Amino acid sequence: MPQLISPPVGEMSGRTEGGNVGLRLWSHFLVQIFALVTAFCTASSPSFAVSPDAILADTPPKLLSEFGFFTDIAKQTPAENVIPFAPITPLFSDNALKYRFVYVPEVQSAQYNDTEAFDFPVGTALIKTFAFPADFRAPDKNVRLIETRVLLKHETGWQAWAYLWNDEQTEATLKITGAKVDIATVKADGTPLTFTYAVPNKNQCKGCHAFNGEIVPLGPKARNLNGDFPYASGPQNQLAHWAEAKILSGLPASSPAVPDWRDAAAPLDARARAWLDVNCAHCHRAEGAASNSGLFLTYGEKDRVRYGVGKRPVAAGKGSGDRSFDIKPGDPDGSILPYRVESTEPGVMMPELGRHVADPEAVALLRDWIASMR
Amino acid sequence: MRSLSPRAAFLAVLLTSAACGPLLAAEIPVEAGDGAAERLTEALIMAKPGDTIAIGTGKFELTEGLSLDVDDVLVKGAGPDATILSFKGQTGSGEGLLVTSNRVVLEDFAVEDSKGDGVKAKGSDQITFRNLRVEWTNGPDANNGAYGVYPVTSKNILVDGVTVKGAADAGIYVGQSENIVVRNSRAEYNVAGIEIENSMKADVYKNTATHNTGGILIFDLPNLPVQGGHDIRVFDNDVVDNDTPNFAPKGNTVAMVPKGMGIMVMANRNVHVFGNRLSGNATTHVLIAAYPNDYDDDNYMFVPRGVFVHGNTYGEGGNAPDGEVGKTISDVSGTPVPSIVWDGVTRIPEYLTWVSAADRIYIDEAEGTTFANLKMISQLMLPWSTSPDKDISAYKGSLPEPTAVKLPQENGA
Repeated sequence: MPQLISPPVGEMSGRTEGGNVGLRLWSHFLVQIFALVTAFCTASSPSFAVSPDAILADTPPKLLSEFGFFTDIAKQTPAENVIPFAPITPLFSDNALKYRFVYVPEVQSAQYNDTEAFDFPVGTALIKTFAFPADFRAPDKNVRLIETRVLLKHETGWQAWAYLWNDEQTEATLKITGAKVDIATVKADGTPLTFTYAVPNKNQCKGCHAFNGEIVPLGPKARNLNGDFPYASGPQNQLAHWAEAKILSGLPASSPAVPDWRDAAAPLDARARAWLDVNCAHCHRAEGAASNSGLFLTYGEKDRVRYGVGKRPVAAGKGSGDRSFDIKPGDPDGSILPYRVESTEPGVMMPELGRHVADPEAVALLRDWIASMR
Repeated sequence: MRSLSPRAAFLAVLLTSAACGPLLAAEIPVEAGDGAAERLTEALIMAKPGDTIAIGTGKFELTEGLSLDVDDVLVKGAGPDATILSFKGQTGSGEGLLVTSNRVVLEDFAVEDSKGDGVKAKGSDQITFRNLRVEWTNGPDANNGAYGVYPVTSKNILVDGVTVKGAADAGIYVGQSENIVVRNSRAEYNVAGIEIENSMKADVYKNTATHNTGGILIFDLPNLPVQGGHDIRVFDNDVVDNDTPNFAPKGNTVAMVPKGMGIMVMANRNVHVFGNRLSGNATTHVLIAAYPNDYDDDNYMFVPRGVFVHGNTYGEGGNAPDGEVGKTISDVSGTPVPSIVWDGVTRIPEYLTWVSAADRIYIDEAEGTTFANLKMISQLMLPWSTSPDKDISAYKGSLPEPTAVKLPQENGA
C-alpha cells in the first residue's frame, strides 16, 4: 500500500455546500486527485472490489466497509468503478462537505433521462458522505466524517440506509434510527458554528427521496451533472465522462444544464430556480411528499402560481409568517418563501428535514430574485 | 415476546420468517424509560405488516418526528391520558407522527406540543385515528402547530373518538381526500374545530365542536392538486359556544374566520347540513359563502353549489359578530345576525338568468328560524342593495342526500 498524500479526505472537499462557507480550491484539488489516482493505479487489488452481494443483500451490511466502495474508507478513496461526482448546484445540508460516488455494475448502464434522475440498473449504489472540517477556512484539513448514506438499487426498488462514523474515523456502522451529532466548526468568515446535526432515520430518508411513495435518487439528473468535474485525467463534463465510462447510455447530443447557484454571472432567475429545484422540489412537486401544498418548485415548472407567485398558503400554520403569498413579486418581506428558508424553527423552517442552520447566501439569492420580479 | 426489546423482537420475527416462510404478526412492546424515543422510532421503522406496536404507559419525550411507512400496522397506546408522546423538545420534522402507509390504525395515545402538525397521514389508504388526544398544552397560541389530526391526499379515513385542543389552524383537518368519516370526536380551543377541505364524500357526525373560533368548516380552495369538494354530510353534531378569538397566523385561510362561527360552507358542492344543535355562536350559526379572495385558477368554482340546510336546532347566537367578516355580514343583516346566512354571491351569468335546481341553496328549518341572503356582488363582499332577502320560505326545497360513507376498515364497500 503506497503512502497516501495527506490529508486525502480534504482533496475531495473542493466544493463545499454552504454559501456562507464556500471556498474553492480547484487547482489544488486537481493536482492532489491526480496524485491520488496515480497512487491507486498501482494499489488496486481484488480486496478493494465492490461487493455486489453486499449491495443486494436483503439485510444491509452492518459496516460500511463491507460494501467495498473504498480502497481507503477513512480517506474516502473510491475503489475501481466507483466514480466521484458533484452536482452543479447542491443541496444545502448545514454546510456539510459531501463526497458523492456512483457505482454501476459492470456491463450495465443507467438510462439517460432529460428531466428525472437516470434509471439505474439493479445493483447500482449511490454513496454520499457528509463531513465537517474543523475550520472552513481550511476545508481540507482535519475533516471529520459524520455519516455515509447509501442508496442501493434492488429488484424491488431503491433501499436507503445511513452509516454513522465512529469517533476514530475508521469505520461507519449502520444506523437505522438516526442520530444526533454535535458539530463545532468555524465558518469561512471566521465566526464559530456549533449546532446539533441530525443523521436521518430510515423513514426520514424517504421523506425526501419519495416519488409517488417509492424511493428514488435525487442528485443524478442530467441538468445538474451537465458540468465539469475535476477527474484525475483532468476536468471533464460529467455526463460525457459517465457515457465514456459506459455507466450511462442514451446520452443525447445536447442536454439541459442548471447554473451554479453561486455564479453571479448566471441569470438570477435560473440561479434561484436551480437552488429551489435542488433544495425544495424533491418534496414540492406533484409526485413528492409536499404535493398537497400545490407549490411545485421543479426547474421545469412554468406555471407561475404553482411555483409560488401570488399563491396563498394552504397548510402553513405559523410558517406563513403573517404573509399572504408564497411569493409576492417585488416584495421579499411580504413573501413566505424566504421567511421559511431563513428560519431554523421546526414547524417554520424549510426544508423540514436535513437543515438546522440557515444559509444566508441562499436567502439573499431568493430575496434578490423575488425583489426583481414584476 | 413481552420481555424482548423491539430490536430483539424484530430479529426474532426475521429469524422466524427465514425458517418458516410467511411472517408472523408480532406484538412489539415499547415501554417508557431510558432510550424510549429511540426504541419507539426503531419499532415504527422496523415493524412488519400485521404487527402491533404497543406503546406503554408514561410520557415519551421525542426530539424528532416519528414516522410509519409500513402497511397493516396497529399502533396502540394505553389510553389518551396514559400514553403521552410529548414533542415539547422537538428540533426537527414538520409533525409529531407521520403515516405514509396503508391500513394503519392509530389508537389510545396522546400527541402533545408538536412543533408542526400533530398526527399526519399522507397518501394513505384506510387510515384510522381512534381514541387519540392531540393537544397543545399551552392553550390557543399562534405558535402552535397548524393541524391536530391531519389526513391529507388519503382515502378511506376514519377519525373516531379523538380530542384535539389548541391547533392554530384546524383541530381535525381532512384535506384533498376521499371517503371520510369523522365522528364521536371533540374539537375545542382550535381556530377551526373540524375542517373538511377539497375533499369528496365525507360524513361528519356526532362530534362536539366547542370553544373554537369556528366549529365546522367545509371549504374548497383554488390552486391545489385536488379540488372540487363535494358530497359532504354534516349532521347530528353539537356546535356550541365557539368563542375563542381567532389566533391563526395571518395569511392562512382560516385567519379570516370570525369568532363565533358555527358551521361554514365555502365553495363546495352538494353539502348537507342537518340535525345539528347550534348555540352560543356569536357571529352566526351557519354561513354559506363564496371564496372571497382573488385567485388565478381556471378549474376552480368559487361559489357553493347545492347546499341543503335542514332540521337543525338553533339556540342563542349572532349577538356579537366578530371581525371583518362579522362586520360585512352584520352591516347588511343587522344584529343579531340571523341563524343562517348566505352571502348570496352568484356568478354573473347566473345572476342575470337562473341557477339550475341542483346548484341552488335550500333551507328547510323550523318555523321562526332566522335567515338572510346578503345578495353580495361576486368577490367584492359588497351588497347589491342594502336590503337582504330574509324570506326563508323562498329557499324551501331539498336535494338528494348522498349515501352514507362506507369504509373498508369497517367492512364497508
